Amino acid sequence: MDDHPTRRSVVFGTLTACASVAVAAAADDDDPRKEKQPQKGDLLVFSEGEREGQTITPADLKIGEPPVHAWPKDPANAIVRDGSRLNEVLIVRLDPNEFDEDTRPRAVEGIVAYSAICSHAGCPVTAWIKATEGNDDVFKCMCHNSEYDPRRGAQVVFGPAPRRLAALPLVIKDGELAIAAPFIGKVGGQQG
Amino acid sequence: MTIKSTTVTSKTVKQWLLSSSVALTCLAAPAAIAGPIESYSSVTSARLENPEPGNWMLYRRTYDGQGYSPLDQINTTNVKNLVPAWTFATGVVEGHEAPPLVNNGVMFITTPMGQVIALNAKTGDQYWRYKRELPEDLFQLHPTNRGVGLWQDKLYLATTDDHLVALDAKTGKVLWDKKVQDYKKGQYLTLMPLIVDGKVMVGGSGGEFGVRGYVAAYDAEDGKELWRTFTIPAEGEPGHDTWSGDDWKSGGGSAWMTGTYDKDTKTVYWGVGNAAPWPGGMHPGDNLYTSSVIALDPATGKIKTHFQYHQNDSWDWDEVDAPMLVDLQRDGRSFKSLIHPGRDAIFWVLERTPERINYVSGWNFVHTDVWKGIEPETGRPIVDPAHKPTLGKRVDFCPSLWGGKDWPSAAYSQKTRFVYVPANENFCGGFTGEKLPLVPGQLWLGTKAEDIGLTVRPGADHFGELQAWDPASGKKVWSHNFPKSQLFGSVTATAGDLVLVGGTNDRMFRAFHAKTGELLWEQKTNSGIMGMPVAYEVDGVQYIAVQSGWGVDAQRIQDALAKGNTGVEDNVPQGGVVWVFAVKQ
Repeated sequence: MDDHPTRRSVVFGTLTACASVAVAAAADDDDPRKEKQPQKGDLLVFSEGEREGQTITPADLKIGEPPVHAWPKDPANAIVRDGSRLNEVLIVRLDPNEFDEDTRPRAVEGIVAYSAICSHAGCPVTAWIKATEGNDDVFKCMCHNSEYDPRRGAQVVFGPAPRRLAALPLVIKDGELAIAAPFIGKVGGQQG
Repeated sequence: MTIKSTTVTSKTVKQWLLSSSVALTCLAAPAAIAGPIESYSSVTSARLENPEPGNWMLYRRTYDGQGYSPLDQINTTNVKNLVPAWTFATGVVEGHEAPPLVNNGVMFITTPMGQVIALNAKTGDQYWRYKRELPEDLFQLHPTNRGVGLWQDKLYLATTDDHLVALDAKTGKVLWDKKVQDYKKGQYLTLMPLIVDGKVMVGGSGGEFGVRGYVAAYDAEDGKELWRTFTIPAEGEPGHDTWSGDDWKSGGGSAWMTGTYDKDTKTVYWGVGNAAPWPGGMHPGDNLYTSSVIALDPATGKIKTHFQYHQNDSWDWDEVDAPMLVDLQRDGRSFKSLIHPGRDAIFWVLERTPERINYVSGWNFVHTDVWKGIEPETGRPIVDPAHKPTLGKRVDFCPSLWGGKDWPSAAYSQKTRFVYVPANENFCGGFTGEKLPLVPGQLWLGTKAEDIGLTVRPGADHFGELQAWDPASGKKVWSHNFPKSQLFGSVTATAGDLVLVGGTNDRMFRAFHAKTGELLWEQKTNSGIMGMPVAYEVDGVQYIAVQSGWGVDAQRIQDALAKGNTGVEDNVPQGGVVWVFAVKQ
């Protein structure tokens, strides 16, 4: 296992390889800033795929397409907060007319963000799939089949999850997605 | 990281009462909880090797893994009068898979999320409860636990955050706490440790995270690691040539169930899980020791010998349920056997000698389209490539990835000499193999999780099947079919000619006649039963105990069936309760 590159090393390698407006700090894996929860003003970068480490803009998201997975990134020092899996975020673009009153103020141009950690047993929420009950696509945790509706504050619509996913309010800053406020709600699985 | 835990005893409550302004006269009755255990029977090698009939101190009661109780006070005649003697709500959801262990009137249960509860086995009163504080970022693919190991005056808990914890059996206080591996890399523990001569053995979970499996032993006294044997051989080790390149480093072979033990030859038999990732094309070769049984020397961890049930696993068919040790008479000769109704749908009968494991016989105990046959000399199954998952193409196969029988254990009755198998029939599955990068700590299946299917064979009239087999002849003696439910719970047999099992989505706990398969008694419980029934005795009275608490893979199958318009129950409530039954006097 030790020979496999970790996500962190991949992200860091990508960061150093791509052009960045900020000067990257020499952050090692134990840097507490990498574990810090998403902060107001943080940007969001892809956490996987070909564009891993690159900043996300509204143009990267199409209505109804599967969510992208992201890490927060401190623009001041280019530190990506990938030191805790609890910081991973799901971002999806939907028709704003479908949002409920709680969701609308946290969205920007139909884009909403939520914690990627299932509130049931802490598994990653990975799937975008037609709901078990109804016709909308919803987030689904493939561990134990919990489903969350991002149009209604990621409330649980199927499965054993005890509560909704924590929400992450968004704004657009200089054309890029940014975090407007810390997580609303508890991040992570139930403990007992 | 500091691991915190909490133990609540009645002493704590009493101290609070005495130091508070609460008027003790308000308490109408004596406190129901008895406090720390005053009198506890130390668990020795002699007791584990020859347990008293009224106790259940190992995963399957005895080292041979037979899941058989010699108690016969509750029997085919009076089982119809079985009623609840007491119940106890654990307050925890998800899959309660542990047997209620009993040592001379003291019961220990474990729950998901790392709790251990000590109870009076006669009354159900709580002595103490240990609650592990799990890390906030823990990813629990299988939030469950299968019980504590018992040794001397200590208990040993293996946790989903990959620690081995020793507790004082009398108080629940933590004596030591050892990190086994790193939960952040997908390594975790769910099994009951196997304890042999003061060595606490555990096997790791994590086959779906691309780990390299192992069995390790710790000193019961101080938690010092004594040995660690990896189930995937490194360069220079026997069996390494069954792997290509660096595949062995992330080859799976997790060993997440308790082993069995032959005290005469001092050999531990441990089941090994699937190869990783699932499609065999991503790890060409036979892939020792995945989907195998390995014979270990408990003193050193050395692998004495092995038998691989099937090669180049591509179906997620862990063969982790350790084989039962049974003295068998077959074809006019007596021999010491290993019996393993496999996840791969083959009922395996093997011969164990101190030096080797020999193939004796194998047959399909549920429908499968994967195997064309078995080579008679070697016991190597002959695979049909049309039903072997591969990269870039959807492949379907029967049975499903949950197999003919998953981890829930079969039982062997020393009276009837039959093996009772919690089988699943008419399930198939399939997926498209996909080359995906390994990221430590993340699922690495070799397919997208949402692509995994569970399908039902056309014309199927049942799913779960409790089967009775004669291992000597290979003949099925009887079976009881469940038309609307899978069967996902361990089986226990007793000298009262009873076969006990839950495992169905109708929340029933059932007793069958061991000889005929006649349903003799059933009781609806609070939830579905995945756990193992046990039989025990206190003060001359026999009890039957089981935990009811649905979740994990039973729930996964349930969701898939419900979605598939099969007409099955789509809502099995969760929440754990210990049920204890006795004959109504």
